[in-house]
Amino acid sequence: MDNEPSTISYKMNRLNQLFAAKKENLLSIYYTAGYPALNTTVDIAEALEKAGADFLEVGFPYSDPVADGPTIQHSSEQALENGMTLNLLFEELTELRKRVSIPILLMGYFNPILQYGIERFCTKAAELGVDGIIVPDLPMYEYEALYSEHFIKNNLSNIFLVTPQTSPDRIRKIDELSNAFIYLLSSSSITGGSLQLTDNIKDYYKRIKAMELKNPTIIGFGITDSSSFKKACEYANGAIVGSKFVKLLAEENYMEKIPGFIEAIKF
Amino acid sequence: MKYGVNEHGYYGDFGGAYIPEMLYPNVEELRQQYLTILNDASFKAEFDDLLKNYVGRPSPLYHAKRYSEKYGANIFFKREDLNHTGSHKINNAIGQILLAKRLGKKRIIAETGAGQHGVATATVCALMGIECVVYMGEIDMARQAPNVSRMKMLGATVRPASSGSKTLKDATNEALRDWIANPVDTHYIIGSVVGPYPYPDMVARFQSIISEETKKQLVEHTGKQLPEYVLACVGGGSNAMGMFYHFLDDESVKLVAVEAAGKGVDSGHSAATTFLGQEGVLHGSRTILMQTPDGQVVEPYSISAGLDYPGIGPQHAHLYKINRAQYVSVTDDEAMNAGLLCSQMEGIIPAIESSHALAQLEHMTFKATDNVVICLSGRGDKDLDTYIKHFNY
Ligand SMILES: Cc1ncc(COP(=O)(O)O)c(C=O)c1O
Repeated sequence: MDNEPSTISYKMNRLNQLFAAKKENLLSIYYTAGYPALNTTVDIAEALEKAGADFLEVGFPYSDPVADGPTIQHSSEQALENGMTLNLLFEELTELRKRVSIPILLMGYFNPILQYGIERFCTKAAELGVDGIIVPDLPMYEYEALYSEHFIKNNLSNIFLVTPQTSPDRIRKIDELSNAFIYLLSSSSITGGSLQLTDNIKDYYKRIKAMELKNPTIIGFGITDSSSFKKACEYANGAIVGSKFVKLLAEENYMEKIPGFIEAIKF
Repeated sequence: MKYGVNEHGYYGDFGGAYIPEMLYPNVEELRQQYLTILNDASFKAEFDDLLKNYVGRPSPLYHAKRYSEKYGANIFFKREDLNHTGSHKINNAIGQILLAKRLGKKRIIAETGAGQHGVATATVCALMGIECVVYMGEIDMARQAPNVSRMKMLGATVRPASSGSKTLKDATNEALRDWIANPVDTHYIIGSVVGPYPYPDMVARFQSIISEETKKQLVEHTGKQLPEYVLACVGGGSNAMGMFYHFLDDESVKLVAVEAAGKGVDSGHSAATTFLGQEGVLHGSRTILMQTPDGQVVEPYSISAGLDYPGIGPQHAHLYKINRAQYVSVTDDEAMNAGLLCSQMEGIIPAIESSHALAQLEHMTFKATDNVVICLSGRGDKDLDTYIKHFNY
């Protein structure tokens, strides 16, 4: 580790500003672009910001989402059927920064990005006001060796996942390569499960806390309600709700229900 | 090996381990251990013993006389169809179950398309008394029903993959999801030279017995170690990689990999990956992949359930790109006719997958002195229904 951490050349983006200002109970919401319909991405983002979400993860769909459970699989399939593509998503995001000011991350699998062109993807995302990217199947070696320059040049934060099985050495390395937050999985699972606070899992959170990482941590997977949100926030700076919100989008009049959904989790 | 994998898991531009962090510890454990275990004397002894006494190896290298006459060269069939369970898939399943035992795993998962790999995995799990769960696309369960029954009879649980296109790639997704949720006690026996590093290399090593034996047997038949041509069909590419493995560095040997063209490469119903694919990432490796311009994986088609996979193993992608092997494709009809021809001229009913390799002979011209080896990867019992329907017997 004699190299200077590459993070030095980043400027503060909205994520960094958020984490500098607020250290507890941060709430992030995940949803799939193009679900339940096209042209709703920015409307939903705006409603979530108004309702009190602190930052957002906008998923772009992929045909083979191996890290996702049935709810997000279904939303991805539906979004693809609706015709969602990266090109279309970027068109929908043209208005983003006129209407939404909280940090936005894009989340999706590597192959669609590879086809779009990773440099072009990063440039375009940054131009539209995106702050970070989560690509679950882009490994650390490839990120560092091949792609990190495009993220850094565009001031985009790459978010890494950590699971209860991730080794301390690897967590250190992830901390070094990260410059916004680290995404702690509540268990080794796909999306859509429930939060289990076994002794094992509590030890894992405590272990990570004791490492005094330079990046904040956010817990995701299995956060579904106020109780699981609050428990997660005891161990990290905040938490992410995904599948549970995607399920809300399947209901009628979901736009009207967004404020109540966020309120029920936060308060 | 000149064409082997590098320390980061790459063959040229292809390979790697594009997996979510949840799978990292499982795959990393394998990466750290597989070569040590494979090179261990007790592992080798047990592997060799099972291949000999349980699988029935060495499989014969059969000099197909009537075929030789017809095609004007010395044609040999490497008879993987005579293996226990009826295909080459058992070689890999035996290797991986022994590895899983040494890693202390208590539970096995696998994906299957045609059901051959599922049957091979269920078989070795029965042999070792280990719990076995096989994921199979709902559509494949319907079209390969006898293999579903075989797996159940062998004691395996067969779980339908009902997501996405409900075929092999979705069964693979489901197996990966299972592995994510069971990171400590479970080993995933992948059925071909696909998946994240070290799988492509590990499976190739287990299948390399095919070419290792062929070299020796060819000397007995011809006095020469090296044939002029080696042919094999490619789904994910494991029988082909096993058949090519020990000939890769012998540059005089022409390697021919036969993909399934389905109803024709341009028909929209095809599985000819190198013709129709672009570079991409699926199931953990960077390879050549059938996909839309937006990077969504396209569902391939072939009459043969074992060949309709949208990708190929990363080492194949590399051999294709650098032209070490030639990649060709034959249609459903050509393959079916070749299956019939082989049945009636040699008394061997081949798996439809293997019939693809046989069909390629029609497109080649040989010198009378050429030695040509074709991997007969499996037997046609599982395909009788399909043959019968096709020829209206
Ligand atoms: C008899 C036979 N040959 C070939 C294949 C294709 O797989 P691979 O390309 O990995 O050899 C299969 C797959 O099910 C098979 O059953």
